[in-house]
Amino acid sequence: MENLISLFVQSVFVNNILLAYFLGMCSFLAVSKRVDTAIGLGLAVIFVEVITVPVNWALNYYLLAPGALAWAGLPDVDLSFLGFISYIAVIAALVQLVEMIIDRYSPALYSALGIFLPLIAVNCAILGASLFMVEREYSFAESAVFGLGSGVGFALAIAAMAAIREKLRYSHIPEGLRGLGITMLITGLMAMAFMSFSGISL
Amino acid sequence: MSPLSKKNMVFLKDPFMDNNPIATQVLGICSALAVTVQLQTAIVMSIAVIAVVAFSNVLISLIRNKVPSNIRIIVELAIIATLVILVDQVLKAFLYDISKQLSVFVGLIITNCIVLGRAEAFALQNKPWPSFLDGIGNGLGYSMILIVVAFGRELLGSGSLFGYQVIPDAAYAAGYQNMGLMVLAPGAFILLGLIIWVQRTITGTVAD
Repeated sequence: MENLISLFVQSVFVNNILLAYFLGMCSFLAVSKRVDTAIGLGLAVIFVEVITVPVNWALNYYLLAPGALAWAGLPDVDLSFLGFISYIAVIAALVQLVEMIIDRYSPALYSALGIFLPLIAVNCAILGASLFMVEREYSFAESAVFGLGSGVGFALAIAAMAAIREKLRYSHIPEGLRGLGITMLITGLMAMAFMSFSGISL
Repeated sequence: MSPLSKKNMVFLKDPFMDNNPIATQVLGICSALAVTVQLQTAIVMSIAVIAVVAFSNVLISLIRNKVPSNIRIIVELAIIATLVILVDQVLKAFLYDISKQLSVFVGLIITNCIVLGRAEAFALQNKPWPSFLDGIGNGLGYSMILIVVAFGRELLGSGSLFGYQVIPDAAYAAGYQNMGLMVLAPGAFILLGLIIWVQRTITGTVAD
């Protein structure tokens, strides 16, 4: 239990998927202009991460990893080279499914998250979390916690960034630095702040 | 029209400065920065991206009239994922150490916005040869930023280039220190922010 809490804190703060591994930058930069849309995207990312990382874990464990097909009587088969294409297919399909289910059962949530869900299928943070999960050989419980943690980390970073950019509108920035340039510099400062959590160990 | 006519060369040259995919179109930063701690990994990553963009552009351009537009995204993703698997297997076979260092970031070329972005924006409307040049051009524009950032990070962060020490020992003896910040994530963000500033000042683009 303790190591799961520690993994959660690690993946939210110290190893923040956005600020330490640069994943999900595209949507981070594109959707961080207003706080409410940023929070919407953040929630959608948490939602999708929590589902896709454990599902991809199961896919890897029961089908793709070397020797995973032993249950089917094929212990020598190694399908791990099919990893990338399977994970991205799972993510795209799940995003579509989640979108349809939310649309059917919760129109309010759908109108809040709806426009962001299709964007998420090609968000590096989602595929990145699945690939990290495979590379670090997490167990099922760890992969679920890691999915939640990296989603929360992304949501936290994008919401904070949007709040800063809303204030930034009133400041006088050198011409060439406006837009992307200043955003990158602020992201750098934010990454520094998040790194100072690295002293925490549970 | 000759294959390297002036009109075609525009596709190759334009993404380099005026329309640089990272600096002006904000595409593909996801996997760009994590591999820039060292020049060597940055260059291998660049070559991988150039190969994937160029060939995915060609393949998508070849089938552009045969794919119904409502399933085109999934077709494009399948093509890109297949190419990335090929690149990954080649790296594992011939450059095992570097492929270990690049770890998950080779796989993340699939979700690199440049690849899908060029497929959507260019290859779907153009013939294979211009698409190929466009892919190479965008790949090179991406590589340029990647290599400049890696150059700065390796030089300032570890005092070396390609793993060879370039800052003389005398400088260290006189009190020079490597800048630890550059090796860490914030260094990459700040360096990229400054590069974009310089690039926009030269091209005169003003955002918002």
